[in-house]
Amino acid sequence: MNAVADLPGALGRLVLNFLGAIGSTVLFGVSGLSHVVRPPFYGRLFWRSFIDFAYFSLPVVAMTAIFSGMVIALQSYTGFARYGATSAVANIVLISVVRELAPVLAGLMVAGRVGAAMAAELGTMRVTDQIDALRTLSTDPMKYLIAPRLLAGLLALPLLVLVADILGVMGGFLVATAKLGFSSHSYLTNSVNFLHWNDVLLSLVKGAVFGLLVSLMGCYHGFNSRGGAQGVGAATTSAVVSASILILAFDYALTELFFAR
Amino acid sequence: MTTPKIRIRGLKKSFGDKVVLDGIDLDIAPGTSMVVIGGSGSGKSVLLKCILGLIEPDAGSIEIDGLDLARADRAEREAARGEIGMLFQNGALFDSLNVWENVAFGLMAQGRMGRAQGRAHAASMLAQVGLAESVGDLSPAELSGGMQKRVALARAIASQPQILFFDEPTTGLDPIMGAVIDGLIVDCVKRLGSTAIAITHDMASAKRIGDQAAMLFDGRVIWQDSADRLLESGNPMVDQFTHGRRDGPIHMALRK
Repeated sequence: MNAVADLPGALGRLVLNFLGAIGSTVLFGVSGLSHVVRPPFYGRLFWRSFIDFAYFSLPVVAMTAIFSGMVIALQSYTGFARYGATSAVANIVLISVVRELAPVLAGLMVAGRVGAAMAAELGTMRVTDQIDALRTLSTDPMKYLIAPRLLAGLLALPLLVLVADILGVMGGFLVATAKLGFSSHSYLTNSVNFLHWNDVLLSLVKGAVFGLLVSLMGCYHGFNSRGGAQGVGAATTSAVVSASILILAFDYALTELFFAR
Repeated sequence: MTTPKIRIRGLKKSFGDKVVLDGIDLDIAPGTSMVVIGGSGSGKSVLLKCILGLIEPDAGSIEIDGLDLARADRAEREAARGEIGMLFQNGALFDSLNVWENVAFGLMAQGRMGRAQGRAHAASMLAQVGLAESVGDLSPAELSGGMQKRVALARAIASQPQILFFDEPTTGLDPIMGAVIDGLIVDCVKRLGSTAIAITHDMASAKRIGDQAAMLFDGRVIWQDSADRLLESGNPMVDQFTHGRRDGPIHMALRK
């Protein structure tokens, strides 16, 4: 009986906590981004984060993109063959990869690789007093630790997405020409003719937004971690899970924004 | 009468229902080394973090050289706190940087030195804590606990601060290395003419480092006197603590 009576209160607390978490995350992100445009700037730290984000994520993103393009070609061919519409395979591969698969899969891969690493590194710095030590050395942790990582995420993922766009389409091309009997000339002509600048723009915008989300979640959860090794582990999990969910949610929102008629 | 270097009045801090600091009053004269003792959870580290601005107190005032930090503007507050060097309990060295970059970090981050000058300055600071210049190229993970403490001390004194804080400087070290670190601390404080606050559980260390000593209990300062009197304070609580007696007026909260 007591549990039932307390249900509205518990739900209310849950909603308030949720809204509070959104508010503090947004404030954290705005504060971090505001330091991007206010000196001093830590260029070395930005480059280190950028290289980690873009260069070292390249193999995993490339592999994901190629195999995804190959699977889409195979699946769309077997599906469209039933309706005699196999000529649309090139277009379907292109639109699936550029609009959706490249940005979303690159974002998810980077969330698992870079977002987790950011949360673990910052979380460890928090629980070993390194973040407090920064402040005692007259250095603002938001400026030194957070701003370079947010900027790196914002700028690096669009580049990765561009590479994933090309490699994903290449994967579809390989399967279509080597296995499904498409002519390479007609496949490429179809793809190029079907490509619209809006698709590429959406792909890059999604990359920028997802990159920012990955960095923000990694930084926020790591920076606010508590309670030793267990807290760092929890922060890492939260960073990956929240970034993944937000990527899928923002993917829908951006698609709706660009293509809803 | 001389203005205290650090004056604390009515300092209070709670975390939820847990009252950690319950009206701390403390004066520390310029050039004095104050040792703060007290049981685990008695608020010693919270006291230091409040002075450093890492934790916002609920009430009370903290003055450095007569400047009330709560009423000062941001630039004055940062300038006052910029004069504080801190040795953290576990060293808190930045593991993404090598040793010399750790030591010169504050000066380079503030733009007071470039990398070449910072490296030379770090070598000089490392020499002051008995470490060779070649240690500067190692990463903190390659150092022993004692060496990490020395590097952390070199980082704390690198900007030649007027105030030095030491959070349990000998914890985790063997007695000989503890005595070496204490000796280095005393040397550095004397050389710089700094005012120091050290918090410790180690009575031998407390007597070596401190001119004055204070004990925190239940969020308040219950005793303050010369550090020489630590082991014969005449206060039953202090005596129980400093002699490590199980029985006495202090009852540890134990779950049964």
